[in-house]
Parts: sequence; C-alpha cells; structure tokens
Amino acid sequence: MNANIALFLAQDGIINGAIYALLGVALVLLFAVTRIIFVPQGELVAWGALTMAALETGVVPGTARMLVALGLAAATLQMIREWRTLQASQIIRLLAQDIGMPLALLTAVTILVPLHLGLVANAMLTLALLVPMGPLIYRIAFQPIADASVLVLFIAAIGVHFSLVGLGLLFFGAEGYRPSPFIDANFLFGSMIVKSQSVFVLGVTAVVMVGLFIFFEQTMPGKALRATAVNRLGARLVGISVRKTGQITFALAAAIGAVSGILIGPLTTIYYDTGFLIGLKGFVAAIVAGLTSYPLTVLAAILVGLLESYSAFFASAFKEVIVFSLIIPVLLVRSFAGGRDEEEE
Amino acid sequence: MRKKSEMIMRGQFAMRWLSLAALAAFPLVPGVPDFWLTLAGYIGLSSLVAIGLVLLTGVGGMTSFGQAAFVGFGAYTSAVLTQTFGISPWATLPFALVASALFGLLIGLVTVKLSGHYLALCTIAWGISFFYLFGNVEWFGRYDGISGLVPFTIGSFALIDARASFYLIWLAVLIAVVLSQNMLDSRMGRAIRALRGGGVAAESFGVDTARVKLIVFMYAALLAGLSGWLYAHVQRAVSPSPFGLGAGIEYLLMAVLGGSGHVIGGVVGAAIVTILKDQLQDLLPRLFGASGNFENIVFGILMVGMLQIAREGLWPLLRRPFPQPPNKVIVSDALPLDCQPALPRGTPLLDFDNVRKQFSGLVAVNDVSFGVKAGEIVGLIGPNGAGKSTLFNLLTGILPLTSGAIVYCGDRIDGLATRAIVARRIARTFQHVRLVPHLTVLENVALGAHLRGRAGAVSAMLRLDRTEEARLLAEAARQIHRVGLVQEMHKPAGALALGQQRLAEIARALCLDPLLLLLDEPAAGLRFAEKKQLADFLSRLRQAGISILLVEHDMDFVMNLADHLVVLDFGTKIAEGAPVEIAANPIVQEAYLGSVV
Repeated sequence: MNANIALFLAQDGIINGAIYALLGVALVLLFAVTRIIFVPQGELVAWGALTMAALETGVVPGTARMLVALGLAAATLQMIREWRTLQASQIIRLLAQDIGMPLALLTAVTILVPLHLGLVANAMLTLALLVPMGPLIYRIAFQPIADASVLVLFIAAIGVHFSLVGLGLLFFGAEGYRPSPFIDANFLFGSMIVKSQSVFVLGVTAVVMVGLFIFFEQTMPGKALRATAVNRLGARLVGISVRKTGQITFALAAAIGAVSGILIGPLTTIYYDTGFLIGLKGFVAAIVAGLTSYPLTVLAAILVGLLESYSAFFASAFKEVIVFSLIIPVLLVRSFAGGRDEEEE
Repeated sequence: MRKKSEMIMRGQFAMRWLSLAALAAFPLVPGVPDFWLTLAGYIGLSSLVAIGLVLLTGVGGMTSFGQAAFVGFGAYTSAVLTQTFGISPWATLPFALVASALFGLLIGLVTVKLSGHYLALCTIAWGISFFYLFGNVEWFGRYDGISGLVPFTIGSFALIDARASFYLIWLAVLIAVVLSQNMLDSRMGRAIRALRGGGVAAESFGVDTARVKLIVFMYAALLAGLSGWLYAHVQRAVSPSPFGLGAGIEYLLMAVLGGSGHVIGGVVGAAIVTILKDQLQDLLPRLFGASGNFENIVFGILMVGMLQIAREGLWPLLRRPFPQPPNKVIVSDALPLDCQPALPRGTPLLDFDNVRKQFSGLVAVNDVSFGVKAGEIVGLIGPNGAGKSTLFNLLTGILPLTSGAIVYCGDRIDGLATRAIVARRIARTFQHVRLVPHLTVLENVALGAHLRGRAGAVSAMLRLDRTEEARLLAEAARQIHRVGLVQEMHKPAGALALGQQRLAEIARALCLDPLLLLLDEPAAGLRFAEKKQLADFLSRLRQAGISILLVEHDMDFVMNLADHLVVLDFGTKIAEGAPVEIAANPIVQEAYLGSVV
C-alpha cells in the first residue's frame, strides 16, 4: 500500500463515516427521547436513495404508495384503539392527516415526476415523502408500548425492521439502483483526487449537525425533546406530551435518514435491503459512544468508516466481521463501566 | 381437595399420553401427504432452538437474536466431519454438541455479563459476524456451503424419507421438552427464573448468577447445536443463509409468539411460524404478483402485535380452557434439612468499625460503628436519606466500603462477594420487595434454601435431585407456615398484598437458616394488627437465637421490639442505646422533628 492508496482509503472511510455519523446521531436521538433502539433507521436511508433513483428515472417511487399504505394503517389502528374517546373533529383531522395528505402527495408526485424537475426538487420530494413516515411508524408500532422496557421496545424494533424490509421489497423490487451524484466532478488536492461529491457529503453532514444543534439549543420543541430525554416523567409533569415528542423525534430521524439516503445513493448501489447493514454501522458508532453522546458518536462513526475502508482493502471478505466484532469489546467495557442497570418489567 | 388434584393429575397424564400417541401415529395415517411430514420435521428442528430460547430469553431474561449461529456450529461440524473424514453421522453427534457448547461457552463468557439490551445488541453483532464467517471459510464451502451430505442410516436403511426422519427429529424434541421442564422444576430452575429483574435477590441467596447465566446460555446453544446436527443430515446440505441473523430473528419470533415463558410455547411458536411461512410463501407472491420473501412483512407485524396485545404469548391462552397443573406436592415427612447451631446468647456477632461510604463528594455513611450480639434485635432508625439502606448494602457486599471494617463472627467480611457473605448465614429482605411475581410463594421461598441444596443442572434434568428437592420444598413450606402464609402458598407471589409479600420475603430469608436476619422496613404496608403479629413473630425468632438487624420507620414498632437502637442522620451515628434512652434523647428528637426551639 502506498501513500496514495492510503489517502484514497482514508477519503472513502471519512465519507462513509460521515453518513454513519448522521445515522448514529439519529439513533442516539431516538434512544434518548423514546428509549427505542431503532434498528430500522437503515431502511429509511435505503428508501431515501431508492426514492431519489426512481424520481430521477421518471418513475413514481414506491415510497409514495407506501406512505398511503402506512397512513391508512395508522389511522385505522388509532381509530380501533381509541374509538371510545375519539371525537368527530379528531377523526376528521386523522383522516385528513393520515389519508388525505399521503394521497395528495401521491398525486403531486405522479404529476411532477414526468417533468424531470432536477436534483434539488427531487431531494425536496424525497424529504416530503419520507419525513411523515417516521411518525407513522412510531404511531403504528411503538406508541402503545411506549412505557415497556428497553428490551421489549428493542424486540419490537426488530419486528418493525423485518416488516419494513419486506415492504421495501414489495414497493421497490429486488433491483439495485444508483442515483447520479449532485456534483459530478473531481479535483486534485495535492496529489490526491478528491470527488466533489465527497466534499458535498461532508458539507451537508456538517449543515445537518449544526441545524440539529440549533434546534436543540434554541427552539421550544428541541428543548422539550431534551427534557424528555433527561426525565420522561418530569417532562410529562410540566406538560410535555410524550406522544408528541415521540412523533417529533421520529420525524427528525426520518428526515436525517432521508438526507443520508440522498447522500449515500450516488456512492454505492442501493438495494431494498442494503439499509440494514448501513444502519447497523451507524449503530456500532452510536453504541461505541454509549448511545448518549452526539460528538462521540460522530467520532466513532468516522472511526467505523475508516476501519471499514481499510479492512475492505486488507481482508475484504472479512470486512463485515471486523466491523461488527468491534462492537463486542466496546459493549463489554460499557457494560462493566456502566455497572448494573436494572431491567425491571 | 385431594381427590380433585388427583383427578387433574390423572387428566393431565392422559392428555400427555394421548398427544404423544397422536404424534407417533401422525406419519402412519394413510393419506397424509409427504409434504406435511417434511413440514413437521422442520417444526421439530425449529422447536429445539425455540425451546432453548424459551429458557434463555423467556425464563432467564437474556434476549438472543443469534441462536441460528449455534445451529450453524452443530451443522457445519457434522457436515465437515462426515464429508471430509467419512465418519458416520451418528458418531458426529458428540462432536456437534461439544462444538456448539464450546462456542456457547466462549461467546457466553464474553457476553452473558452484559445487561439487558446490550446483550441483545451483541447477539446481533455475532449473528452477522458468523454469517460472514461461515460464508468465507474455504472448509465450509464458502457461500455455496456443503451439499450431498450422507443421511442417517439404521443398518442398511437410510432415513431419507420424511416419514423416517420424522421420528428421529421428534424424539429429540421430546427429550428436549422433558429435560427442559425437569430443569425448570428444580433448584437450578428457580435460580434461572430469579435472574430476571437484575438477579439481585438471587445473588442475595447465594446464587452465582454469572454461572447460572452461562449454564442456561450453553444449554440453549446445545439444543441449537442438536438441531443443526439433525438439520445437516435430514436436509443433507448446509449453507450460511439458514444460520444468519434473519433465521435468528425468526427463532426469537417463535419464542415470543408461542409464549416465551413456557417450554411448550417454543414448540407452539415453531409450529405456527413454520406453517405460516410455508403458506405465506405460497400466497403472498401470488397476491402481490412478484416473487420474494414477503412473509417477513407478516412476521414483523406478528412480532410487534404480540408485544402490544399479549406479551405472554399464545400458549398461556391456548391452555387456559384446560385444568391448571396441580399444586406442588409437599412431602411433609421429607427429611428436614440440616440446621447449624445458634450462637450462645450475648456473644458478639457483628461489628461495624468506622464504616464509611462515599459516593464521590457525598458521604452516605460517615464512620459509623456499632455492634449486634447474638439473640438480639437491633433497630437502625433515622430520617429518609440517613444511610440505613446503604449500610445494608455495605454489609451484604452489594456496595464496597470506602474505609472501615465489618467484622462478623470474628472474621472481616467487608470486601467479600455477596455470595460469600450469604454463605455465612446472613439473610436479608428488601425495602422494595424482590419476589418473582409469576412464581408461586412456595417457589419464591424455596429460593432462600438455595445454599442448603447441591443439585445442579444435570441431576435436575435427569431427575436425580428429587429427594433433595422434596427436602428443600418441605423446608420452604415449613417457613411459609411459620410466617402464616399457608393459604397463599400456591398463589403467584405477585398476587399477594404488599404486607404478605414482605412476609414471604421473611420466609425466604428464614430458609437460609440464618444467624443474622437483615430486615429492611418489614412493617411498611402492614395494617395495625398485622404489625403486632409481625412483632410477636420477630420476638419468637429472637428467642430461637436469631439476631435481627432492623431498618424501620414505624417508631412504635421499633421501640417495643428492639433491644438496642442505633440512630443515623445524614450518614452519621447521632445516638445509640436502649429504646427508652433514645426516645428521651434531645438530639434524636431534633433530627426527627426539627429544632424544638
């Protein structure tokens, strides 16, 4: 290996690491506020990329129809669960929000797609389609068991992952796609060829991070989320709706997932089930950081990216083994340092 | 009463043999399609893994998504040995079992100490890692796997037909069911059940929780390995994908769906998932007009739905119409357990010598010294946050001391592990009751006698422990009698009122045959009459030579009962003496009521 290859691998690792960092931050956020270890975050990433690819080729993306299906499911379930207490106005709002809005989006996408509006518009559409999915998934799967133990929520998350991968196959098919990059140019930095897309990925990641920082520090919903993360009962007592914070968190996570998908699409071919492995690497980062610290998560994510890209070079067959085995010693240290945490049911 | 339970027992006996006969006759019924038998075989293979998961996850509280990897270890071991060395598949069984148990031991050593969701995450990590490992090892045929494996043969008859392998597989399932149920119904079984909820109570009665976890973990790995060994020679091919994370998640789904707290639940779950998978694989692609593993959509929904609606799984619902299993039989003439002699009244038993506990800046216990003599009740009182419970935790080895010493029967016991301290006959109750809610009072109390029995997992599985088990249960029943909970003996502990639960905890502590009894607020939640009964009972224990260290807030209760009082305030001992002196002590009055001026 010469210096050039080393630098190239480093570039590759940092870019992937940046995307894992986005994922990791979303996972930490979800865990802090809702205590859910949200394994399916990766699916949102894959769907983001696949939606971009579909929009680019001028096809109505599967996510548009999936959103309608999820909305229907959420509205139906909520009406079944709460039919005693629901008032007419609430039902109308439910119908408008869960069924009307997805249908409107589907119509809009169907009209807009043949016009080939360009990358930026496609990215906006992708966000519009994916962000509502977060709260819908939360309402369908997690809201009724929001108070269960971390372990129960985790098993539920695995169930959701199973379903979402299946849905991904149903709505996107088994074919892989690779949307074109936003900026398709390379430039020389010293002796190293740098892809402009790489710089773009790093820039967007930084912008998202800064945005999150401002959201948490400066806005009321952001502060409410932080309060819930620190103390759920306390937050409830001062009038913060745990339901609402859960939904907002999932919307945020879906947005971050969609952005990650938009960024990662041009770097690698994405299949309906690619998300899981990508998501798990975000996980490795989040767990290395103890599912608590955002800056540590970012650092760990870049480490994971580097580890992956170098092990892909040295022992490509075992790269997944190496990355995922990293988690075991880290968990051990965490578990012993963290002392006994009681899992009472 | 007796007649009724006998009838139930006979009924259950009949049911058991009937279902066995039905199982045995199933392949012989003319017209049963071969395909059904193949499916039944798959159900059996999955049942083995799911039963292991029931013990591991449902009973022991350790969630594993990685069980499929252990199936892989068993399958690959046998595949390589038969293929490369031409050994008969029968002869590879021990190797397959040893390989899976060994990997179970290795992975277990690293991971079972992880708590809760960390362990579950770890199982995902190894589930994925082993899939890629299986797929990259030359010996294992990489992702293509190894095919054309030899079938099982009896004489010259090869068990290739689904009808033939059916009996072999279900014989294994039957053995697994019997062994697992035997194990759960034993001293070891109680220890496994007590692992849930952190295992603090279990440790406090001398259960080596790390070792018990490892045993359950290895047992689950063994069952998975057994399933893998059968799979290799029934399917006659191995490849990485049936041993990947997806399969591991499916096994967990089986356990959750069937009822993760019940051995039979594993079999029920395996049957439902296997049949459903087969039907859905047929139906869904036609419905959606595309090919793919759409059954996962339904499986995921089932898993989440089950957690939302019936977290206990289907088996408890399925068996509800049938009579409940009869109560445990107490052999009243079982040989009583050996008791150690009490110490002569008045000999020094326990001494706190300048005991200090600091949590970084906060001094929770500030150089406290006092003693407890044999046959004495010492009351430890003080306002909330005075450091009473911390003192208990220091004494029982749950927290380490910052400085000072604790001397018991002439030996220093600070720095010893909880288990070593319990073994010196120091038993305790908890301020927040720690009973296993769905176990009967009898079984909860019997956990207290853990250190007075010896039987391990193997003798439990083979039922070699029955004499000892009868003695342990008789002792538990005796202590339940002593605290006056006979009526409640066979009820689940969670169904008792708080006061009764506290009594059950005392009975459990007495099962240890203690010299020193630590009671943390035993009178909280008791009504007036019950408090009086408890006080009478505790003074009877004192007469029997048991020393008691008591934390309590109810002043009347302590004042009338204790021989000696120690008052703590903000971690510091502010007074000590006979109850009358303490009641008159102005410093104590100020600590409790604030300054009188």
